[in-house]
This record gives sequence, structure tokens and C-alpha cells, in this order.
Amino acid sequence: MVEVLYFAWVRERIGLPREKVETSAATVAELVEELKAREPRYEAAFADLSALRVALDQDLAEFDAPIEGVREVAFFPPMTGG
Amino acid sequence: MKIAVQADPFDLGVELAGFGAGRADVGAVVSFTGIVRDDTGAMDALELEHYPGMTERAIAKIVEQAVERWSLADVIVIHRHGRLGIGEQIMMVATAARHRAAAFEAAEFLMDYLKSRAPFWKKEHGPEGTSWVAAKDADEDALKRW
Repeated sequence: MVEVLYFAWVRERIGLPREKVETSAATVAELVEELKAREPRYEAAFADLSALRVALDQDLAEFDAPIEGVREVAFFPPMTGG
Repeated sequence: MKIAVQADPFDLGVELAGFGAGRADVGAVVSFTGIVRDDTGAMDALELEHYPGMTERAIAKIVEQAVERWSLADVIVIHRHGRLGIGEQIMMVATAARHRAAAFEAAEFLMDYLKSRAPFWKKEHGPEGTSWVAAKDADEDALKRW
């Protein structure tokens, strides 16, 4: 079980800020495929991975990163702070 | 060292009073303040979303790098979130160092990294509705000089 968080337009497109996900995915990319298969809103949010960033347990990571032992996966667009 | 992520406004004078003072190894203090501007004339407010927990963690890592690289004596980073009006302060960075070049460079480094490595997202509110601010390639390119 992993906690999946969404921010900014990813949160708006999926329609919720966080959810618990039962997954057998080995990597972030596999988790994304599982989510996309769920419903069109996930498909829409994850349509272009180059427009997305991912953090594993609050550290930026790559989409091919393994998620074994990870508690929190967050998806969001490139950051615009400052 | 001070890192704060907050909805409330901050008082620049209060923050900088005494910053870097009373130390024999501080010869330079630089501060930068970011302010909400309106480029189009059609914006009512700016909303900043962030990732509580990761935000503080990401800023702490960036600050740690700056302190080590420029041997900073002290640093302040304050970044606001929530809904901000035009002309309001969004964030501030201050650095205290032995020499001015280090203080200036470290402040720029902090700004460049905060812009694209701290998890904040800006959304513009206007009469026509809302829109997320897109990240610029220039912001990512700015990291390459460090």
C-alpha cells in the first residue's frame, strides 16, 4: 500500500489530493500505467510524462525509479516557486 | 539559519534586523524579496500551492548546499503560500558572508534553485478564470551555471 499525492493541475485533473493505492508495481512508471488503466481522468493527467515530475518519500526521483519500500509517491508539474 | 514556509506576511525590517550582526566574520549581507507582479493587467491574485513536508525538506537541502559552497555565516529563506494580492511579498532570501561576492552569488543560487526545485506551484486568478503558471525553460537553464 502506497500513499499517492497529486498537486496543482494533476490534482485538479484527477479530482483528489491524495489516495491510498494497492499496487504491485515495481517502478514509478509501472504505477503510472496501473493508474492510467483505472479511468479516463488518470489517463488525461498522465498523458504526457515529460510534463510531470515525481517525488518518492519527498525527494525528487525519476520515473524508472523502484518504489519498493516507498511510503509516499507524489506527482506534480514542474515547480514554479520563487 | 531560518527557513519558514508560511501563509502569513513577513516584515522585511524585522527579519533583517540583527541578521549577520555582531560577528567578526561577516562583512556582507544581501537580501532579495520577491513580489507579486501583474504582467498582463488582468490578474486579481496569485495563489501558491505547496507540498507540506517536502517543501521544508527541499529548501533545507538547497540552503545546506549554499552554506557549504559559500561558507555562509547565516541564511534566511521565507516563502509564502496561499492567495496573495498584487504587490504583496511572496518570498525572501538573505545571506550573510565574509565577502560581498559570496553573499550575492549565494543569494542568486538560492533563488535559482528555489524557483525550480522547491515544490511550489503558482496559479493566476483573473476575471477570465484561473490558470497555472507554466515553468520556463530559462528557469531550468539557470541551474546549469551552478
